[in-house]
Amino acid sequence: MTAEIRAWDTDVMPDGTGLPPGSGTAAQGAEIYRRKCAACHGKTGTEGPFDRLAGREPRQAFPFGRDPRLVKTVGNYWPYATTLYDYLNRAMPLTAPGSLKPDEIYALVAFLLWRNEIVADTAVMDAQTLPRVFMPARDRFVLDNRRGGAEVR
Amino acid sequence: MQDAPLSRRVLLTSVASALGVHALHKAGLAQAPGQPRVPTVPPDPTKVPGAPLSELGRRSPFERPRRIAIGGAQGSSFAPLQDLCGIVTPADLHFERHHAGVPAIDPHRYKLLIHGMVERPTVFDLADLRRFPSVSHLYFLECSGNGGVSYGGARPDLSPQAIDGLTSTSEWTGVPLATLFREVGVKTGAKWLLAEGEDAAVMARSIPVDKAWDDALIAYGQNGEAVRPEQGYPVRLVLPGWEGNANVKWLRRIELADKPFMTREETSKYTDPLADGTARMFSFAMDAKSIITFPAYPVILPDRGWWEISGIAWSGRGRISRVDVSTDAGRRWAPADLQAPVLPKCHTRFRYLWNWDGTETTILSRAVDETGYVQPTLDQLRKARGVGTYYHFNHIREWRVRKDGAVMFGGEG
Ligand code: HEC
Repeated sequence: MTAEIRAWDTDVMPDGTGLPPGSGTAAQGAEIYRRKCAACHGKTGTEGPFDRLAGREPRQAFPFGRDPRLVKTVGNYWPYATTLYDYLNRAMPLTAPGSLKPDEIYALVAFLLWRNEIVADTAVMDAQTLPRVFMPARDRFVLDNRRGGAEVR
Repeated sequence: MQDAPLSRRVLLTSVASALGVHALHKAGLAQAPGQPRVPTVPPDPTKVPGAPLSELGRRSPFERPRRIAIGGAQGSSFAPLQDLCGIVTPADLHFERHHAGVPAIDPHRYKLLIHGMVERPTVFDLADLRRFPSVSHLYFLECSGNGGVSYGGARPDLSPQAIDGLTSTSEWTGVPLATLFREVGVKTGAKWLLAEGEDAAVMARSIPVDKAWDDALIAYGQNGEAVRPEQGYPVRLVLPGWEGNANVKWLRRIELADKPFMTREETSKYTDPLADGTARMFSFAMDAKSIITFPAYPVILPDRGWWEISGIAWSGRGRISRVDVSTDAGRRWAPADLQAPVLPKCHTRFRYLWNWDGTETTILSRAVDETGYVQPTLDQLRKARGVGTYYHFNHIREWRVRKDGAVMFGGEG
């Protein structure tokens, strides 16, 4: 049963729990991205056809609730950088999920965080540095306050 | 009798039972291009022996309810609400929402792992799960994005299916997650669980442990048979009343922890941006909602007179206590009949007899649940959340009835 746990327990938490050894940089990530991701997410992560991955606009005030036209990205909306590692490891690339090695994932994460102007192009992502990355939208999240009853929330 | 013209009563019955098929014929819509022609049958079925027994039943060839699929492996398919009666959704018409397609899973190799903050990490196979005392409950499921089309200026030519088809009700059979939690010995201090699927997205959500102790179900049965592949075969999580996405399908792993895991479905996905510059997260419960499914687009009422308005109402917080119907654009409301059974966190069928005088009007329904929550208007919802919000669109749905009997979706107009 420890074998099952080892095989399946791949989740990565905001405090870094679950991150494996390995590391990568944006430069390494750019190369992997070009080969394995650009066809679906665009040359620079903004062109599609699938989910836009880069873009910090609008920088102020988090106005997504007021404007349905705004495009949500990793950079302008995601609360935790560790989620990127967790998700790429699970689900991307779409046609070969679970195929990326830890070094490749760290590199892709570094690349996407750099494309979102969150880390420098020289930053090295690994199990120590990634949980320390502060995402711009982190403090925007509030817990659900709907409780039923007369009030519409 | 044979050659007599259709009496009004016969006409009404046939229209009601075929849920508007007559009206569709009148509108020339019943034979849309690409649809097979009406099947041929003997002129008098009492004069020829019928078909033999069969191992697997099929629908009448005259009935062609279909989901509307939008997108491929990442998309959604909408249940044909206007073709359904009662509250149970036939399993093959249950709505779908997948993030990486429907996985093929061998039930003999199926395992559910429960680990993390537990005394005894355990792997259960399907036989293990079936050996526990089981329960069956009727619950609705609803994608939290359901109704999104009605929030930002919807077209009038939308059917109940196109607007709110991402909800369905099934009888779910399985073992309460609380039973498994006692079996593995969940540690005090465990506050969250990760529910993870065995699909190609390895879809995962963080769920508060309290829900597991309350009414979460590890389901292997759906409407009397094994859960369908599209709904999570062989085993899925059912979180009664909570947004569809959290009811993880093809469930293979549950990990307990003291904090949420923050998966990709807890980012810009499945959180609700609000007008005040925040985003609401872990907004699981589906608030009360209703929709009239007859008469509704594309039905054309052939005649003024008595019609039975019918629809479904549901609340993720408990029972529906009342559904009000208005046939004069919301000026006056009257309570509809709630058809038994009225079950918590389950679709409830409502019916309301209406004598249409042939003039143009708008018909609406408004659900009230046992917490006293009243299904809000679009304006109320926008005031509370903002025009850019996403998910949980439970505002009142309107249908415009035109003079010629055509019924159009009245969303924004
Ligand atoms: C064949 C097309 C395809 C390829 C190749 C692909 N993706 Fe994706 N990606 C998608 C689709 C489709 C989604 C949305 C999935 C969903 O909604 O469940 C997605 C979602 C994502 C997301 C989440 C976006 C968000 O805001 O929620 C990220 C991050 C991502 N992909 C990164 C990558 C990276 C990095 C690669 C290369 C290793 C990659 N993708 C390759 C199609 C693709």
